[in-house]
Amino acid sequence: MLAKEIERSGIPAAQITAITRVAQMAGSNRIIRARGIVHPTGDANLSPAEEKDFRRLIVSKALEALQTEITQQQIFSLQ
Amino acid sequence: MSDNKLQIIHYLNQYFIGEGGENKADMSPCIQKGPVGLGRAMQKSLDSNSAEIVATISCGDNYFAERIEESTSVLMDMINSYKPDALIAGPAFNAGRYGIACGTLCKAMQDRFDIPVITGMSVENPSVDLFRETMYIVETGDTVKGIETVIPKMIGILMKLINKQEIGRSSEEGYFPRGPIINQQSERTGAERAVTMLLNKLSGVTFKSEVLAPKYDYVPPSHRVEALSKALIALVTDGGLVPKGNPDNIESRGATHFGLYSLSGLDSLPTDVYEINHTGYDPTLVLQDPNRLVPLDITRELEKQGVIGGLHETLYSTAGAVGILENEIRMGRELGKLLKEHGISGVILTST
Repeated sequence: MLAKEIERSGIPAAQITAITRVAQMAGSNRIIRARGIVHPTGDANLSPAEEKDFRRLIVSKALEALQTEITQQQIFSLQ
Repeated sequence: MSDNKLQIIHYLNQYFIGEGGENKADMSPCIQKGPVGLGRAMQKSLDSNSAEIVATISCGDNYFAERIEESTSVLMDMINSYKPDALIAGPAFNAGRYGIACGTLCKAMQDRFDIPVITGMSVENPSVDLFRETMYIVETGDTVKGIETVIPKMIGILMKLINKQEIGRSSEEGYFPRGPIINQQSERTGAERAVTMLLNKLSGVTFKSEVLAPKYDYVPPSHRVEALSKALIALVTDGGLVPKGNPDNIESRGATHFGLYSLSGLDSLPTDVYEINHTGYDPTLVLQDPNRLVPLDITRELEKQGVIGGLHETLYSTAGAVGILENEIRMGRELGKLLKEHGISGVILTST
């Protein structure tokens, strides 16, 4: 709901979440699929260095979503 | 196994089988014989219908929501090993992930094996709109309170489905309207009814629309960020990150406001400074490293490298657990206004 209302104000919002279906239902337009509910921008299964690389990847994906002109809801996946 | 009784399977999440809360949300699918927890109350209602809960299946909310297809397939195999006559799921009340599990599982059993299914959710559960057109979802409260009135409704509809009896209107039977419009004779024309409704509305008398308005509206996507190297990016989270002591008293569920926390001078979110105030997930991993929720370290890095024009020095944080729709919309609008005033070009929102 937050993402949708932010977009309504004219600012693109990229939502990083593991539960993409809830984000879709709530009207989020730019959705980035995370690896775990308990850490949207992390992955506790990785080593600290790998995890930071992963976070770089997912944040870059969010920035890519912000720079993408879309006409309807879109899910941006890492792979 | 009794011979002539209807065989019913019940799905509950990890919490409702008594396994644990968020700390057990990663529990993989499991099965046990007979009714468990709320299932025992369901069983009492089923007794008079010669029906029996033969097994209770369960899965952790995170495990399910993170692997929807895999979990559904494993749970369906468990269900099918009993060749049951029907499936009861939940109810999920206002639990988002639990609602997805109940809805997905019911839909799968209904689509692939054509067996009657029933579940229950509160009006605020996002899965109501995802699934109400494909199945009967009985309206519940936000929590288990009032369950004694919900169970008879769930069992009542389920037995009618099993016995192929007609199911009454949503308002009579207590389920969420499924969409189809059923013809009905009226002694008054549409024009008369519409004018009466309008007059009632004008004079402040309560009236009931004959058409259900969609709850969620659609916002067309806003335009993209043109030049990232000049863009001011803001971080927002609904994962409940607050400074220790929760100075703004953000509610851990049904939050009514958000907090503004300075990121100035920080290259990374430190541990031991924040706490997580959110009833919907296990915060252990985020507390170990809050950048797992709010990616300040990487965003700051990208700012220094000039990839983004700048990072807005305020973090906006609230808790998205058991959200009340009206509050969330209001908070979103306030936030939009605030971000606009600060000239923000784009937002990264992280949600648990």
